[in-house]
Amino acid sequence: MKKTVFLGAATVAGLAAGVAAAGTADDVKARGKLNCGVTTGLVGFAAPDANGEWKGFDVAVCRAVAAAVLGDANAVEFVPTTGKTRFTALASGEVDMLARNTTWTFSRDVDLKFEFVGVNYYDGQGFMVPKSLGVSSAKELDGATVCIQTGTTTELNLADFFRSNNISYEPVPIETNAEAQQQYLAGACDVYTTDASGLAATRATFENPGDHVLLPEIISKEPLGPLVRHGDNEWGDVVRWTLNALISAEEYGITSANIDEMAAGTDNPEINRILGTEGTLGEMLGLDNQWAMRAIKAGGNFGEIFAQNIGENTPIGLARGLNAQWTDGGLLYSPPFR
Amino acid sequence: MTTFSDPPKEQFRLSMLLYDTRYRSATIQVIALIGFMLLAAWIISNTIQNLEALGKPVEFGFFGEPASYDINQRLLEYTSRDTHLRAAFVGLLNTLVVAVLGCITATVLGVVIGVLRLSHNWIVARLMTVYVEMFRNVPVLLWIVFIMAILIETLPAPRAFRGDNPEASMVLGEAVAVTNRGVYVPEPLFSNSLGNIHLFGESSLRFDVSLDLMAILVVLGVSIWISNWIKHRADAIQEKTGDRPVTWWQRLGVVVVPLALLLALLGFHLGYPELKGFNFSGGTHLRNSLIALWLALSLYTAAFIAEIVRAGIMAISKGQSEAAAALGLRPNRIMSLVILPQALRVIIPPLISNYLNLTKNSSLAIAVGYMDITGTLGGITMNQTGRELECVLLLMLVYLSISLTISAIMNWYNESVKLKER
Repeated sequence: MKKTVFLGAATVAGLAAGVAAAGTADDVKARGKLNCGVTTGLVGFAAPDANGEWKGFDVAVCRAVAAAVLGDANAVEFVPTTGKTRFTALASGEVDMLARNTTWTFSRDVDLKFEFVGVNYYDGQGFMVPKSLGVSSAKELDGATVCIQTGTTTELNLADFFRSNNISYEPVPIETNAEAQQQYLAGACDVYTTDASGLAATRATFENPGDHVLLPEIISKEPLGPLVRHGDNEWGDVVRWTLNALISAEEYGITSANIDEMAAGTDNPEINRILGTEGTLGEMLGLDNQWAMRAIKAGGNFGEIFAQNIGENTPIGLARGLNAQWTDGGLLYSPPFR
Repeated sequence: MTTFSDPPKEQFRLSMLLYDTRYRSATIQVIALIGFMLLAAWIISNTIQNLEALGKPVEFGFFGEPASYDINQRLLEYTSRDTHLRAAFVGLLNTLVVAVLGCITATVLGVVIGVLRLSHNWIVARLMTVYVEMFRNVPVLLWIVFIMAILIETLPAPRAFRGDNPEASMVLGEAVAVTNRGVYVPEPLFSNSLGNIHLFGESSLRFDVSLDLMAILVVLGVSIWISNWIKHRADAIQEKTGDRPVTWWQRLGVVVVPLALLLALLGFHLGYPELKGFNFSGGTHLRNSLIALWLALSLYTAAFIAEIVRAGIMAISKGQSEAAAALGLRPNRIMSLVILPQALRVIIPPLISNYLNLTKNSSLAIAVGYMDITGTLGGITMNQTGRELECVLLLMLVYLSISLTISAIMNWYNESVKLKER
């Protein structure tokens, strides 16, 4: 009898688990932890540091969302995913959101049933070669062996680029960035191709970064951004506006240094709305009014996060470029908090 | 006077299903079956329902879409404009290649090692023990990755072959280049080639059959048949007269001469690899992913096969070898004529399961970037189209078919070597 009850309960639980997929925000709050899918390790974007603590540009987005929803930037369970496993992990509910250099494409948005909440890095696919090869353009790569991470859009761009330029190549599909690095450094491939930011990050970890050059061609548009499952719009809104809060904070000059001062109230109603001293934006999201303040406090505004993890003063040394605010000629443009 | 009373008329009551031992087991089985079917039906309907809720109904239309990715190792011509179905087909052939190569190498190695492990030479026997224990007690994935790492890190890159005073040079009379991208070996070329037959038109399953290869196979087949006929004739003469005519030169000639003539006619020559641009071109490129996978699977499975062979040999009673020795047979002839044919009966059934294991283990190919069916259909295609369920179901079907085919062939072979009881 006990067994029957147990089996019955298990069945009901299974049914409930199978059907109830909505309400990610409530799930996260009940769990007290945000499950965030990140890369298996790309320095600057998401990689554990010497103390085993995850650090990076994408990690900062996860932490901001955790801070907004749970009030604790450290209440994040980082789930490393490869290019191949990331979508299954998100679709199956293993992670609540992905912040993993994922390119926003039509088919991922529409056919794979995901929701890209914005762009946190405007990127493009580039090529890295050893300087000693003497190559100055990607069009000179006829017959080269190219290392490429499998399961990414770069794989498709690469095929298109070489086909449209009528040159041949030999693809070497690789599962993770670390393996690609090993093969590239050993000379098992002439070229490593991935998003230009990823190349810069990878090169920064080399013993002699100066021996390798990034070729001038950027062969694709790779808007990288966090994504969530399709169909749970409330959760999508939370992640979207957390990202927007980080971007707006930079635009309005809210930094981790002056945020407490500003939270006391300013003349700018938009800043007040973001920081929750005016209006009820937080309640509309199903959170409290200090959500954005906590998110910004977690790692600073977008500009601070950028500078700390991948900016020009880090070994990765990426310029803001397209990723500057729209007021500085970049593409970052957060819709108004109103 | 005796009276007969009829046994009481058997009356079936429903409770007997539970309390009568004659029916109880059937009842339990029926209930278990119903339960199992309900569970299966629930899983299937739950899956379909959830997929529909997600807006991803099960459909296979994506197979006709262009795959858009390239595959480095392919036995068929394939471009990134071909369909996902063709990519899966290319992957399937890659799986079969590594499975067949692996099974052959593992068998040869396994038999040799299994026999040597029984050697009376202490060092040889111990060395083989070390080999077996080392390979079968470490997961095959580690062996694959390890061998790949060795190939990549220790062998020279193609650019080391360049220049007037290169760091590395080609081996075997400048014919073979061993690099960390794989081994380039000379390829057979025909200057008067007969061309190819194109099968299946323009469909995704199209493939070309080389007429040169067919011609060579036909000629070889006929030659071997004639050679066998010469042997049978010699046997017959020996039976009749007691003298065996010397036939080795006839049998050799009948195989070699027509083949050589055919090759000369087709203009057979070897295409040597040479360094061009970034890589060697010409010749056949055995990629290091294939080599690593093939070597690791063979070495790993060979350790298991060696143990099976050893068990098979030890299962043959000592009297057999003693009797053979008493007849004056030399040790290696005792092994090949007396022991092994009998041992095969014990060896083959477990050998089948090792072949199946090797084939299934080949799905670890992605660890070294070998594009087998798991890498194409179950990897890139699945990832680019997001059709996990369809791809995985098909993948399971493919492996099931391959495994059942291997097992059918090996069972048929087992029947033919089995002890015939009359």
